[in-house]
Amino acid sequence: MKLLRCPINGLRPLQEFVFGGEVRTMPDPAACSDAEWADYVFNRDGAPGVQKEWWYHLPSGTWFIAERDNLKDEVIRTYLYGEDNRAEAGR
Amino acid sequence: MPYRLLRFALNKHYPEPRMFTEPRPLKESYDVVIIGAGGHGLGAAYYLARDYGITNIAVLEKGYIGGGNTGRNTAIVRSNYLTPEGVRFYAESVRLFSELSEDLDFNLFYSERGHFTLAHSDSSLRTMRWRAEVNKHLGVNSYVIGPEEIKRICPYMDLECGGLMPVVGALYHPPGAIVRHDAVAWGYAREANRRGVEIHQKTLVTGIDVKDGAVAGVETDRGYIRTNKVLSAVAGYTPRITNMVGLRTPIIVQPLQACVTEPLKPWLDSIVVSGSLHIYVSQSSRGELVMGASLDPYILHSERSSLDFVEGLAAHLLDLFPFLSGVKVNRQWAGMSDMTPDFSPIMGKTPIQGFYLDAGWGTWGFKATPVCGTTMAYTVANDAPHELIKPFRLSRFAEYDLVGEKGAASVGH
Repeated sequence: MKLLRCPINGLRPLQEFVFGGEVRTMPDPAACSDAEWADYVFNRDGAPGVQKEWWYHLPSGTWFIAERDNLKDEVIRTYLYGEDNRAEAGR
Repeated sequence: MPYRLLRFALNKHYPEPRMFTEPRPLKESYDVVIIGAGGHGLGAAYYLARDYGITNIAVLEKGYIGGGNTGRNTAIVRSNYLTPEGVRFYAESVRLFSELSEDLDFNLFYSERGHFTLAHSDSSLRTMRWRAEVNKHLGVNSYVIGPEEIKRICPYMDLECGGLMPVVGALYHPPGAIVRHDAVAWGYAREANRRGVEIHQKTLVTGIDVKDGAVAGVETDRGYIRTNKVLSAVAGYTPRITNMVGLRTPIIVQPLQACVTEPLKPWLDSIVVSGSLHIYVSQSSRGELVMGASLDPYILHSERSSLDFVEGLAAHLLDLFPFLSGVKVNRQWAGMSDMTPDFSPIMGKTPIQGFYLDAGWGTWGFKATPVCGTTMAYTVANDAPHELIKPFRLSRFAEYDLVGEKGAASVGH
């Protein structure tokens, strides 16, 4: 069984989690151009590599960030939003 | 022993002509370089050679012919889409597919089966009606039928689904067909090759040379090639190629898995799809049940398969066909699907002069193979997008002009 470490609940089966996509920075909707906004809404960094992703632990309602190598499917670390520096090692 | 086999045994030379010529060194330059020797790339090469007389073409393939998603799909062809843009496009594809065996002089085992998309709820039935009306309007044979009619055409189905999700109706699409997918790639490859197109297998593209916003050449692990036109037809590898030219796209890659069972006596002559049960199944001419499910639930650049997938798929298959409980799964595999936000492809020209994209093929690419060949050949030859693919241009995202086809994806991804 594949496991993922929730920063609150520890190692849990992957089936308890929902993938939330790449972590991205929203441009200021009032200040940015239509093209910048479209780029934010639609375009993604689709190439393989280590990516910061949103994940959701469904039973406990926890959103957190995982740094994952999406070529090898290896989680490097997981942490709550804003806790980058105190992150614990994943898996 | 058949005489034919004996002839092979006794002959010092291989007595049959090979399908494709032996690889030779790469030339210094080509009129067109196509990345990816799957159905789409080879189809485009074939139509470029046949219809536009452009034969100085190299098709570069990092693996082998038809080894990517062309050989990994569940071989279903249909045109019962949701948007007028999609229906027109796929209807042309079905028409080309039905004539393709003759066109390529190669038996593709094109087999019209009839295609059911089952509805288990009022809301999905509503989408079926919508699709049926759009299809009918555009001349595609597709209509909604009730449970009695489903039972008559496919008597082995448990319409109650064990009482959990009773089937309330279906979108029935008589022209729905299955095709031997490897043969599609081989047929296109042979005919393109015969007209002078070079197919270089085991040739990896490592970079694309762009000068002043225009393509100047392609870097490969076997050397540099000069060319002004590059067509990328690499499905799940698209983001790696678009990164080489610095192009941003909405494509993300997720695996899609499929499997086949051991061969059974013929009992299922139609293609059965259920969005709610996340399953599509048909029986191949060898008797195997060919099955697929929805996408794996997160981004992954891998063709690995998983136990989760077969477990889930088997459970849903048994909801529909409980008598299959003793049947064994023989093989499973996965392909990398290049998904777009609106479930429509990305085709045509790009901001880089001479760089053409045939991508975003997600879970709907195989059925579009011939029409992608003809329209991309037109686009590359004329440096202008074909009428049928204009709605699928890359710039539609920046223009907020999407073509929403999610409702017609075979299963609710």
